[in-house]
Amino acid sequence: MAAAGRVGDGPLLRRILIAVAVTGTLVFLLAPIAVIGALALGSGIGAFLDAIAQPETLHAIGLTVLTAVVVVPINVVFGICAAWAIAKFSFPGKRLLLTLIEIPFSVSPIVAGVMYIFLYGAQGLFGPWLQEAGVQVMFTVWAIFLVSLFVTCPFVARELIPLMQAQGSEEEEAALTLGASGFQTFVRVTLPNIKWALLYGAILCNARVMGEFGAVSVVSGNVRGQTNTLPLQVELLYNSYNTVGAFAAASTLAVLALLTLGAKLLLERHGHVGEALDAAPVPSTRLSLAGDRA
Amino acid sequence: MKRHVLPGFSLTMGLTLLYLVLIVLLPLSALILKAASLEAADYWRIVSSQRAVATYRVTLTAAAWATLFNAVFGLTLAWVLVRYSFPGKRLLDAVVDLPFALPTAVAGVALTALFAQTGWYGRLLAPLGISVAYTPVGIAVAMAFTSAPFVVRTIQPVLEDLRPEVEEAAQSLGASDLQVFARVIFPLIFPAFLAGCALAFARSLGEFGAIVFIAGNLPFRTEITALLAYIRLDEFDYPAAAAVASVMLGAAFVMLLVTNSIQFWVQRHSERA
Repeated sequence: MAAAGRVGDGPLLRRILIAVAVTGTLVFLLAPIAVIGALALGSGIGAFLDAIAQPETLHAIGLTVLTAVVVVPINVVFGICAAWAIAKFSFPGKRLLLTLIEIPFSVSPIVAGVMYIFLYGAQGLFGPWLQEAGVQVMFTVWAIFLVSLFVTCPFVARELIPLMQAQGSEEEEAALTLGASGFQTFVRVTLPNIKWALLYGAILCNARVMGEFGAVSVVSGNVRGQTNTLPLQVELLYNSYNTVGAFAAASTLAVLALLTLGAKLLLERHGHVGEALDAAPVPSTRLSLAGDRA
Repeated sequence: MKRHVLPGFSLTMGLTLLYLVLIVLLPLSALILKAASLEAADYWRIVSSQRAVATYRVTLTAAAWATLFNAVFGLTLAWVLVRYSFPGKRLLDAVVDLPFALPTAVAGVALTALFAQTGWYGRLLAPLGISVAYTPVGIAVAMAFTSAPFVVRTIQPVLEDLRPEVEEAAQSLGASDLQVFARVIFPLIFPAFLAGCALAFARSLGEFGAIVFIAGNLPFRTEITALLAYIRLDEFDYPAAAAVASVMLGAAFVMLLVTNSIQFWVQRHSERA
């Protein structure tokens, strides 16, 4: 009996468990993607293309891309800075700093939006000053940029920190000893070592920026055709019973999600890349040897 | 001391702290200040109002059911992905991350379409007298979807690292598979399992996008706390929005503390194992 192998290797149990896992995944995780496709294309490819080509939907796509173009590079720079300081040096309060970086993942998107209202809104901390200066932040694209920065600021940092900690500093020290400048060392030595993790972090950051709903919904003011990002446009079309329009817009975001998963599969082959996509409050919960909880 | 050779500490540390203050700490303090500026009596009246308490009940109950579902489903999925090999396994593993990659609003409209009366699942469930969309069950379904990967992803690495000898010892003493699983394997993966459940639960408490579409959003019945904060803000009732949001923030910090503690326990546990 012991020769039958490890626990759970019995053929019947094995088949039942695989069947449960596969069926559960199809019914529960994949069906939403299928229904989006079915409803987006349900009235034909022509109707689908017409729905995508609506000026408001096109505008929402444009604003979504613009937000990503603004937010992702900033959080890439932040991620590199944070990872360099945390992984290459030792200082007191490191755990606290790591927790601080993770806060946006623990906070509900709605609460994130509300926080920004109480900072930059008319009722907020800076409200009176901003009003005096004639600057409107809330309910404009600037508010969308700001909350997106908040929501996605941990993504790049959390990919880089465990990797750079594991790699150590010997290579950088050797380059410096040989007379390279700090910047040269970073570009020629560090960057090649972290490029795939950096790319992966940026892809995750991008997916979340483009897909964020709650936080953006609070601060955008939902001005049709002006401050509607794609997820907000999905909501607007859905609530006005425009099924084809809503699901056509949703399908572009579903394709983005599938591309993100594809990128993950590809980048995993290069190693050193985390396993799950988002968003746990604690960095090292994944318990893998790499120690990252992606 | 040798590490101090590397340059750039003050620059990168300075930029990191400046950015965190501007983007994270300042908005956080703005909310806390706003909530703290309320009279204690007013604050209490808002957060203990019947409608607010109903949202806590709805949110906590649905999150508990969603977590329970994911505990079972996630454990099964992790087990199958680690222990068995079969065609399509890599694809199955990749699909597990879908709920994290799919924008929550998109998940929300898709789940609603599936479970509405005329939807693929709604049609099947209606004759049985089960309705999911626009009921508390729908909220739990949306929460379960968006937090599905947590349990799988926290258990997977621990299950992979499990040495065969531990099971073999028990097996050779004549223990059945179920006994070995219950007495040997499950205790070893339990800390990670608990961590995954805590993460899933925390995520469910804060979820908004996927839920608002499927919930029906009836006060006292299918209204979640996040939506109440949103509604108060929409009504320009800023004190109430600040108070309700501060309750959510408090819950998030408690969950952060819980997951951090479990995490600490997990690390010690895995070092011993």
